[in-house]
Amino acid sequence: MTQPLPPHVEVAGLTKRFGSFTALDDVSIRFAPGCFHALLGENGAGKSTLVKCLMGYHQPDGGSVAVDGREIGIANPRTAHALGLGMVYQHFTLVPSMTVAENLYVGRDLLPQVIDWRSARAEIDAFMTRMPFRVPVDARAEELSAGEKQKVEILKQLFHGRRFLILDEPTSVLTPQEAEDMLGLLAGMAKTKALSVLLITHKMREVLAFADEVTVLRRGRQVTGGAVADFNAASLAESMVGATAFEATTKRDGARKGGEEVLEVVDLTADGDRGNRALAGVSLTVRAGEILGIAGVSGNGQRELVDVLCGQRHATGGVVAVDGEPYHARRGEMRDHRVGILPEEPMRNGCVRTMTVAENLGLHTFDRPPIARGGFWIDHHVLREKAKALIARFNIRTQGPDAPVTSLSGGNVQRLVLARELDRAPRLMIAANPCFGLDVAAVAAIHDELVAARNRGAAILLLSEDLDELLALSDRIAVMFGGRLVYETGIETADVGALGRHMAGDGAEAA
Amino acid sequence: MESSLTELGWLTVPLAVLSGAIRVGTPFLFVSLGECLTERSGRINISLEGTLVMGAMTGYGTAYLTGSPWLGVLAAACAGALLGGMHSLLCSRPGVDHIAAGIALMLFATGIAFFFGKPLIQPRAPQLPDLPLGFWSDLNVVQANLRINPLFVIGVLVAPVMWWAFNNTRWGLYLRTVGDSAEAARALGLGVNGTRAMATMIGGFFAGIGGAFLSLSYPGIWNEGLSSGQGLMAVVLVIFARWHPVRCLWAALLFGGASALAPALQSVGISSGYHLITAAPYLLTLILMIVTSSPERSLRGAPAELALNRTD
Repeated sequence: MTQPLPPHVEVAGLTKRFGSFTALDDVSIRFAPGCFHALLGENGAGKSTLVKCLMGYHQPDGGSVAVDGREIGIANPRTAHALGLGMVYQHFTLVPSMTVAENLYVGRDLLPQVIDWRSARAEIDAFMTRMPFRVPVDARAEELSAGEKQKVEILKQLFHGRRFLILDEPTSVLTPQEAEDMLGLLAGMAKTKALSVLLITHKMREVLAFADEVTVLRRGRQVTGGAVADFNAASLAESMVGATAFEATTKRDGARKGGEEVLEVVDLTADGDRGNRALAGVSLTVRAGEILGIAGVSGNGQRELVDVLCGQRHATGGVVAVDGEPYHARRGEMRDHRVGILPEEPMRNGCVRTMTVAENLGLHTFDRPPIARGGFWIDHHVLREKAKALIARFNIRTQGPDAPVTSLSGGNVQRLVLARELDRAPRLMIAANPCFGLDVAAVAAIHDELVAARNRGAAILLLSEDLDELLALSDRIAVMFGGRLVYETGIETADVGALGRHMAGDGAEAA
Repeated sequence: MESSLTELGWLTVPLAVLSGAIRVGTPFLFVSLGECLTERSGRINISLEGTLVMGAMTGYGTAYLTGSPWLGVLAAACAGALLGGMHSLLCSRPGVDHIAAGIALMLFATGIAFFFGKPLIQPRAPQLPDLPLGFWSDLNVVQANLRINPLFVIGVLVAPVMWWAFNNTRWGLYLRTVGDSAEAARALGLGVNGTRAMATMIGGFFAGIGGAFLSLSYPGIWNEGLSSGQGLMAVVLVIFARWHPVRCLWAALLFGGASALAPALQSVGISSGYHLITAAPYLLTLILMIVTSSPERSLRGAPAELALNRTD
């Protein structure tokens, strides 16, 4: 193959301010053709700002971008595309109802008015034979697995001749094997100088295994960088979070065997949003004083399971029992059985946007004494006092109980919901991706609280797409695939390889 | 009508329903094609009822003043596109609710049409000439029932062309991208608002033609009661057709046929329950709404960006 080299990209002194906040402060990096460069940093460290400046979504306030030695102003994504810069986003940008071929083709910067699908298809097929991996070209994007979708995203960039690929947390939706697979392919293509890769991530493992250069950002500043060989996991982690590393300090005390069964689910079935059978007979038991972790690639029924357990979706069959009594997630049942719910997207699923912090904290208790006098008259003074106590105890950062809940940061919204749910001293806690999108400090705090609740004897069902989180917290781990639990293991025997195989649906014959 | 009975007997009923389906279905067809196009871009334009009335008035007035019914159709279409432009102008502002904007615009357009239409109630404008598709038969009743308006033929042609365009043109792919994933569209560097504005204007253009049909086809009069909710029912019809233009054609004929049932039965002497049967299309709308909606799942084929409560 006599392909030209990927572009040589260099940023020098790049600075970007939003009002008085400096999101990116004097960052300089050189990307040689064929490099595999990792950009490491916490949420809000400026990684996205940097690549958005490269892709033309933001205009930098200072510094310059040079492509192939020429200093250039990138006014919009089209300019970036024309220079050979392409981006694969964290969330898929495929059009779900379109086929892979349509998705590949629609991104053309110069799409003909009338598309000759015959020649377009020939072009796509010819392109596919040159690629190291295959995807079904005629399948609709919504039918693909997450790994396949991610591959199509990459193919799309290459198809349009973009040879400098920016990947924003591309593995967050993949199984460990899919992630290895994909990053391995990219590393191989970088080695032959078929493309350059800029990988945004917070997973140290990926950086150490695949990247050859790394830059660490912290609060907009370039903290350190260089050849990956000069670093190890500890030194990278330290520069990412600064001097103080946060780690969950509460440990699970001795495994509790034979706690009474709190949550029992038998043969639960439910439909998904598209009328598909999202839950195909889920059975599980969670005992008092244990954390049952549910692993799985997103879209295998986890969301629907949580929906049913939280009363947001009707079950089409099966039984859910709490403490041996049938449970339909009604308000009264949740109160009587002390069920706490920590949903994903807590602002959407656990808060009322238009209400204040205090009102949101009181959603379970506002209609009961002491807040409700005589059972109907809300005493705002008591509501506020209770809220203040929770704010102090759970360290929620807010302007006060009367601040609108929308003024809280993501981590603090999650903390607010956690405070409200733990306040009822739950016997059963259901947590779904409780740490998604939070920074290390917030994650540590929430892990601490969950483990502490378990140690106090709560039964906890934890669904997470982060295998490391499950391995750190769970007493048992089950894998959900295709609307079923396909594998279960105690934490002592849990093995990332086996879990990953089952997450990918390859475990059937082994089991 | 007595003679028709003797010629064809009970066969008159299906024939009359067919002819009614075409006659009543034509405005449904144009409005639903317009709505289908707009919704495929991820936006609902509920003001097409007003566009229909406006189109009827503009078309009638222009035909009366120029003497050409075809200029009337063109003027009606342009008036519709203009209203579509206003709708997208409103909706492109942050925080504007599509539905509220649509209702306001619907009432505005209806009011304007009634205001300017006052002097048009008396004069006679030239009608669109019918195509005598019943020429092969000697029977009067067949000939009378198969006089088809050319606009229907145009609509029948537009439906498959639109479907083809959705799949095979740059514009169609962009439209579907914007309607299915604004995120993906932005990643491609497409202007979401611009594409939706274009789609809303073209949608209004078609709805305007539907309006012209109301006033310029048989019996060719303008009054304030011309439209009886076809513009609103088209929204349901598009859902029923699962956002597919060719299925819009069948759905429009189905609704048209339902509307024609009562007069057809009356023509053979069955008039009991006339008013109940007149309500058939509305009943059909209601039933379709109930069976196609579910709190648990979204519809297959629905543009993913389409949600009644979206405000961006």
